[in-house]
Amino acid sequence: MAAVLRTRQKQLASERPSSQLNDAWRKLKRNRLALAGGFVVLIIILSAALAPWIAPHSYRQQSLMSRLQEPSSDHWLGTDGYGRDVFSRVLWGARVSLQIGFGAAGLALFIGVILGSIAGYYGGYIDNAIMRFTDIMMCIPALFLALTVIALFGASMINTMIVIGVIYWTRTCRIVRGEFLSLRKREFTEAARALGMKDSRIIFRHLLPNALAPIIVQATLFIAQVILIESGLSFLGLGAQPPTPSWGNMLTEGYKFLSMAWWIATFPGLAIFFTVLAFNLLGDGLRDAFDPKQQASS
Amino acid sequence: MSRYIMRRVLIMIPTLIGVSIILFSVMMIAPGGPEAVLMGEDIAPEAAARIRANLGLDQPAPVQYLRWFSAMLQGDLGNSFRTGEPVLSIIVDRLPNSLTLTLAAFAFALAVSIPFGVLASVKHNSFIDKLMSVVAFLGVSFPSFWLGIVFILIFADQLGWFPVSGMATYGMERDILNRLHHLVLPAVTLGSVQMATYMRFTRSGMLEVLRQDYIRTANAKGLHPRHVVLRHALRNGLISVITVIGLSLPALIGGAVLTETIFAWPGVGRLAVNAVFQRDYPIIMGVNMAVAVVTVTVNLLVDIVYTIIDPRIAYD
Repeated sequence: MAAVLRTRQKQLASERPSSQLNDAWRKLKRNRLALAGGFVVLIIILSAALAPWIAPHSYRQQSLMSRLQEPSSDHWLGTDGYGRDVFSRVLWGARVSLQIGFGAAGLALFIGVILGSIAGYYGGYIDNAIMRFTDIMMCIPALFLALTVIALFGASMINTMIVIGVIYWTRTCRIVRGEFLSLRKREFTEAARALGMKDSRIIFRHLLPNALAPIIVQATLFIAQVILIESGLSFLGLGAQPPTPSWGNMLTEGYKFLSMAWWIATFPGLAIFFTVLAFNLLGDGLRDAFDPKQQASS
Repeated sequence: MSRYIMRRVLIMIPTLIGVSIILFSVMMIAPGGPEAVLMGEDIAPEAAARIRANLGLDQPAPVQYLRWFSAMLQGDLGNSFRTGEPVLSIIVDRLPNSLTLTLAAFAFALAVSIPFGVLASVKHNSFIDKLMSVVAFLGVSFPSFWLGIVFILIFADQLGWFPVSGMATYGMERDILNRLHHLVLPAVTLGSVQMATYMRFTRSGMLEVLRQDYIRTANAKGLHPRHVVLRHALRNGLISVITVIGLSLPALIGGAVLTETIFAWPGVGRLAVNAVFQRDYPIIMGVNMAVAVVTVTVNLLVDIVYTIIDPRIAYD
């Protein structure tokens, strides 16, 4: 009897989260734009991961002989001002831009989730203190703060990633706090507390999984935003530093040659555009898919 | 209501102090200092120490902060490390330029997004609705500075319709038309991202409201459809847009940094960028504080506008 009960419990436990996910997945599958976005994201991640093997040329090999060449069969997207192959650099740039994107989003999420869940779970003066701090952070235009910190501490890929992550956690924090405020009053939380569970276990095992949907949506949309922020910082000379190619610094380098060699800036620009669009479409689709109010048709 | 406003104004004070402490700490923790920028990397240690002492940087950080703070209370934001000019007058010179640009961008974003957002919601699932959704999606997927570069190439370089940069032609600074002419490209560049965002929120907010019973009642009464949409639905449909406006304001001001750099617009954004590279601490502090004051003030205004547009929301 006990064994039967245990298996039944396991079944229930495995069914509940997966049925919510299944539900979301079913809705997502019907959203063609979101699927297209997801597909493009997958291709970009793959090409970034495989860049060393699929890039036809080195990303840093300079050649005066082949400066500013138009797109051709040898250099598919042409060459830049130092004679480097633009296609190979766009592939390698995907690595840098995605690393900054995922790294910064991961860090922002980590900080936002920790602070947001503590604020939402404990409430009271802890909540008050954390939210006032969040308000303060939200008063400083993030790009101002980011460029100040990066310029003072020195520009590099890692610094850019860390600074963006450390500055942009506020929105995640607010979202998670909002979710936790309503979740902590629910019966299963009361039950967990009545069983004498530790707060950390209640937060991470019981509440957080229930707040996961908006966090995933937020993360997806935020990766798109980070890629845009990085390109803006690169334009000011504060992103990944040459010769490491990021789409942002390629765009900035190409800007100097715009009137004579349009391809240098255009292709990294398009790479940014399609990547950001793809993450936005996917994030939007995920939001609709997780939203119980939303029918797949609208 | 007035009590609520008073309380909010009072909360602004600790918030702004918090902002200043964060900024000050960043500058204190950062490696290096202004002496290397002023005198070059291979400056003699004694000379560096003298410069630091002159600028007051040899004091412990809390002392420096308190000095800055008490001077600020008396309206003195210090002098630029480079030029020696008072920071306050530099900011007073430039802040209006940035506000003009930001307001123009904001006005452009609203003027385009709300009519088209409403149109898209009224003609839900039609061609125009889909087209607007595409435009909105494209709008948030471009780096805005890239759009500025493209605008300069097409409308300034190629077609010659607009000036490439600056706020006014030299010698014509008092000519309003000339200034407006210079304002168009930067404002559209800066406003484009917000336009796309506001449009999506207008559309979704209106769609939600248009489904409600009181709209059906208004329609059933035989009111003119335009009257129902503009007088009955719009007011409630815009509430979510106002929230977004409040939240997007720091992004708009931050975006001005890039727009001002591209269009050589003499605002606080470009001032901040230059100051950061030159480690001009008083200017960095001053600009960021000025921007923070603008941000908290506008956030307060947004909350007040809420109550005007939706009387159900009452503070107190």
